[in-house]
Amino acid sequence: MKKYFLYAIVALIIVSCSKDNDTPEAVNEEEVITTMTVTLSPSDGSSSIILQTKDLDGDGPNSPEVTVSGSLKTGVVYSGSISLLNETETPAENITEEVEEESDEHQFFFTVGSGLDASTEYLNFDTGGNPLGTQFSLTAGLVSSGALTVTLRHEPKKPNSGLQDAGGETDIESSFNIVIE
Amino acid sequence: MINKIIYLFIFFNYIVYSQKTIVTTSQSCNYEFSGKVIDFHDGSPLAGAIVVSSNSNFFDQTNIEGEFNISNLCQKTYVFEVSHPSCNSIKYSIKISGDTKKNLRLEHHIEELNEVSIYAKYDNEKYKTFLENKISIETIDSYTSGSLGDVLNSLSGVSSFNTGNAIVKPIINGLHSSRVIIINNGVRMEDQEWGAEHAPNIDINSIENLKVIKGAGLLEFSGNALGGIILAESSKIDIKDSIYGKTIFSASSNGKGSTLTSKITKSYSNGWYASAHGTYKRFGDFNTANYVLSNTGIGEKNVSFRIGYNQLSYNMELYFSHYKNETGILRASHSHSAQDQIRAINSSQPLIINNFTYNINAPKQENTHSLIRLKGYKWFKNFGKLSFQYDYQKNRRFEYDIRRGSDKDKPSTDLTLETHALKFDLFSNLNDEIKLKTGIFSRFQKNFPDPKTGVRRIIPDYEKFDLGIYAIVDYILNDNFQLELGGRYDYSYIDAMKYYRISLWNLRNYDKIYTNIIVKELDNQILTNPKFNTNNFSATIGAAYNFKANNKILFNYSLVSRFPNPSELFSEGLHHSAARIELGDLKFNSEVGHKLTLNFIHKKNNLNFSLNPFINFINDFILIEPTIIQQTVRGNFQVWEYKQTDVQLAGIDIDLSKILNENFSLQHQFSLVKGYDYKQNEPLINISPVNTRNQISYKNLKLNNFKLVLQNEFVFRQNEYPNNDFEVYIPQTETIELVKLSRPPSAYQLFNFYSSIDFDVFKKSKLNLTFRINNLFNVLYRNYLNRLRYYSHDLGRNFSLNIKLNY
Repeated sequence: MKKYFLYAIVALIIVSCSKDNDTPEAVNEEEVITTMTVTLSPSDGSSSIILQTKDLDGDGPNSPEVTVSGSLKTGVVYSGSISLLNETETPAENITEEVEEESDEHQFFFTVGSGLDASTEYLNFDTGGNPLGTQFSLTAGLVSSGALTVTLRHEPKKPNSGLQDAGGETDIESSFNIVIE
Repeated sequence: MINKIIYLFIFFNYIVYSQKTIVTTSQSCNYEFSGKVIDFHDGSPLAGAIVVSSNSNFFDQTNIEGEFNISNLCQKTYVFEVSHPSCNSIKYSIKISGDTKKNLRLEHHIEELNEVSIYAKYDNEKYKTFLENKISIETIDSYTSGSLGDVLNSLSGVSSFNTGNAIVKPIINGLHSSRVIIINNGVRMEDQEWGAEHAPNIDINSIENLKVIKGAGLLEFSGNALGGIILAESSKIDIKDSIYGKTIFSASSNGKGSTLTSKITKSYSNGWYASAHGTYKRFGDFNTANYVLSNTGIGEKNVSFRIGYNQLSYNMELYFSHYKNETGILRASHSHSAQDQIRAINSSQPLIINNFTYNINAPKQENTHSLIRLKGYKWFKNFGKLSFQYDYQKNRRFEYDIRRGSDKDKPSTDLTLETHALKFDLFSNLNDEIKLKTGIFSRFQKNFPDPKTGVRRIIPDYEKFDLGIYAIVDYILNDNFQLELGGRYDYSYIDAMKYYRISLWNLRNYDKIYTNIIVKELDNQILTNPKFNTNNFSATIGAAYNFKANNKILFNYSLVSRFPNPSELFSEGLHHSAARIELGDLKFNSEVGHKLTLNFIHKKNNLNFSLNPFINFINDFILIEPTIIQQTVRGNFQVWEYKQTDVQLAGIDIDLSKILNENFSLQHQFSLVKGYDYKQNEPLINISPVNTRNQISYKNLKLNNFKLVLQNEFVFRQNEYPNNDFEVYIPQTETIELVKLSRPPSAYQLFNFYSSIDFDVFKKSKLNLTFRINNLFNVLYRNYLNRLRYYSHDLGRNFSLNIKLNY
C-alpha cells in the first residue's frame, strides 16, 4: 500500500517536472482571406482599374486598407475578374481556386449603391448553371459616383434572387467608392 | 426488521442445537470464551451485539456493558460472527486453547461509510452547517435521455446556460462555468469548463447520488467555487454476496431518439466488488413547436468500471470511465458577421430549416473524457480516517465549423487537456465535540492545442501546477448548535506559450509591458511565454442551529478566490459560434468573492419548507462586454473584451412542499437572483430571470405505486439587463441598423406531465414504466439563457417513455 503511494508521488513529480522545451509551431490561418483584388479591364484597351481590400492581420484590430486605382469611363464595358489571396502564408495562397472548385457553395454579389450609375452581369457559373461571379462584366453608365459593394457568401441558397434571400455566411464584404467620369 | 428475523432464526437454532451441544460435549470441551464487543473508533461497549459460532452451536448476546460469555468450547479454532443492528457483521477466527478472553471490535460508523463521498462528514446530516440539495435516483433515472444540466435544473436556484438544447451548463445562484465546480466520483472535473458552450462531460446515467451545495463551503475540494459545487457520485457497495443491476430504455418523440443504459454490480462477502455501466444515446434533429432545428442531433457512448476491495476499516478502489459525445450545433446559428446576425435576429425563424435527419454535420462538437481514479482509505484507531486519491483525466475537444476546400473535414478547434491530481485527506475526531478535516492536494495540468487545425489556437499551450492545503474544524457544541471553520491556501503556477498577432500585441501596449516574455517574432505573429505565480486564500465559517425540534437555521460565510481561466487571460480572435471578437487580458488578477448564505428550514409532519436567501460580493469579477466595432475583410464585428469589475449577486430560493393526504401532495419552488455591476452601474448579463415551479402529485402506493404529476413552470421576462446593442452600416441597403442583441425574450410558461407505475416481474425484479410529456401545450418560446435564442425558439412538445428494470 505504502509503496503505491510512493510510486504515485514519484510519478507525479516526474510528470510535473518533465517540461518539454519545444516551442509550439505558429499557425497561419489557412482559410483567412486577407486580400481581394478586383481587376476591371476596359473594352477600349486602356489600362485596367484595380479595386483592392487588404487586411493582413485578418481578424486582428487593424482595419482593411481599401484602394481604388482610378475612375471609370462613362459608357465603357469592363470585364471584371476577382482574385482572393491569403497573404498570411508565404507564398500567398490563392483562394480563388478553392472558391471556383466549390462553385456550388459560393456566390459573389455586386451591389451598386445609390448615386452610382453602373450595372453588373455574371460571366461565370457553377456546375448547376447558377451564378458564381469570379468573372463578371461591369457597364459604366452616366457620369456619377457611389459605392460598389462586393460580397462573397459561403453556402448560400442557390438559386436565389439576390442577397436578401441568399442566406449563407459572409466570407467577404467590401465597399469601393467608384467615380465614373 | 430483517435483523429481528435473523435474531429469531439464530435464537431458534440455538434452542434446537443446545440439546445436541450438551450431548456432543466431550471432556475437553469445557473452555470459556468471553470478552467485550466494542466500537472500533472510540472503544465504547456495544450492547445487544450477537456473537455466534459459524455452525450456530454457540451463541451469546452482549449485555449493557458489551460483555459476552460463551462456554463449553473445545480446544480448536472457531469462527465467530459478530453482529449488531447498526453495524455490518464481521467474522473473527478464534483459537481456543483454554479459557480465552478477547475484545471484538465492530465498525459502528457503518452508516457513515455508506456515504461514498469522501467529503461526507462522519456524522449525520443534522450536524452539517451548509445545505445540500439532493436529487433522488428516481429523478435521475427519469432524465436518462437528458444531461446533467437538465436534471439540476429541477432544483430551485439552479438554472442552466444553454447552447441549443443539448449543451446545458448548470448555473448556481447566477454563476456558471469556472465558478461552478463539478466533483465526479471524488474527482474535480477538468473538462475545459471555462467555455460557455462547453457542457460537463458526465453521463447522467453513471450517477446515483447527486447533490448541489449553493456555496463554497467544501474547501476540501476547491477554494474557487464562487457559485457552488455539484457532487455526482456512485453509491457505496455493501460487503455481502450479491448481484444486482438495472437497465433503462427510453424513447422520445422530440428528436426521434432513444437511450439505452445498463448497470450491473457484483459484490462478495469477502469484500471484493465490481461494477460496470454503459450508455448508448442517439437522437436526430430536435424540433420547436413549429419547425425542425436543423443539425441538432446528438450521439453519446459511455462506459465505466469500478473494482474494489472493501473492509470495515479500509478500502481500495479503481475506477475508470470513458465518455464520448457528438453534438450538432444549429446550422442556422453559424453566422460570420454582424450583417449575418442582423438577418438572423430579424427573421422569425431560422434561416436554414431542412428535413429531419439523424445526420450530424458541421458545426458540431465532439468530446471525449477519460478518467482513471485510484483511491483508498484506512481508519486508524484513535486517530481517524486517512485517505488518498490519484486521478488522471484526459479531455479531448473537437469543434467543427463550416469550412472551405481541403479544410472542410478538419476540426477548427482540437484541444487536449490532461490532468493528474494526487491528494491525501485526514478526517479525525479530536474529541466528542471537535472534528478535524485536513488535507493536501497537488495537480499538474497540460493543455495541447493541435496546430494542424489551420486555425489560430483559441487556448494556448500551457502547463499548470497547483498545490493546496486545507483544514476544517467542526465543533459540535451540543445537539442543537454546531460550528464549522475552514481555511485553504492554493498556489498555482502557469507556464504558457502563446502566439499573439503583432497588431493586437502593440494595440494593447503589451509591447511595452511584457517585453521580457517575447520568445521570437515572426512576420505578423509574436511568440510569448507568459508565466503566472498566484497565491489564493479561501475560508469558510458556518453555523447550524436547531430549535423547537422542527426548525433549523444554517448560516455560511465563504471567502473564495479564483484565478482567471485561460480564456479570460488569453482569448484573442474571432469566436465563430458567437460572431464576435473576444479579447482576454494578461493583466488580470484573481477575483475574490464573499458569499453569505442563510437557510431557514422547517419540517413538520406534512409541511416542509426552506427559505434560502444569499448575497455574493465579488471584487475583480471577470466579465466580458462589448467595446467597439471592428472592420475586417469579412465585414464588421463587435469586439467583446474581458474586464474586471466589482459585482454583487443577491437572491432567494424558496422550496415548499405540503402533503395533503395519503394520495395528494403539492410542491412549490421559487428562485430570484439579481446581479449588479457596481463600477459601471448596470445589471449583469445572463442572470436567470425570476422563475417558479408548481406541481401537484397523486400517488397511490396500493396501486403499484402509481404516480401522476402535473407541473407548471413559469419563467418571467428578465427586465434587468445591460444594453449591448450596437449599430452597424449595411452597404447593400445603405442603412445603419441596430443589432438588437440585448433584449430578453418574453415570459413563458410550460406545463409538464409525468406518470409512473411499478410492477413486480420475475422473482426479484421490479419493472418501472414512466411516461412523460414535456411542454404539454407545445408552446413556442425563447429562453433568455440560451445562447442560440437569436436564431431559434426552444424545444416543442416531447413525449417520452421510460422502461426501467431493476434486478
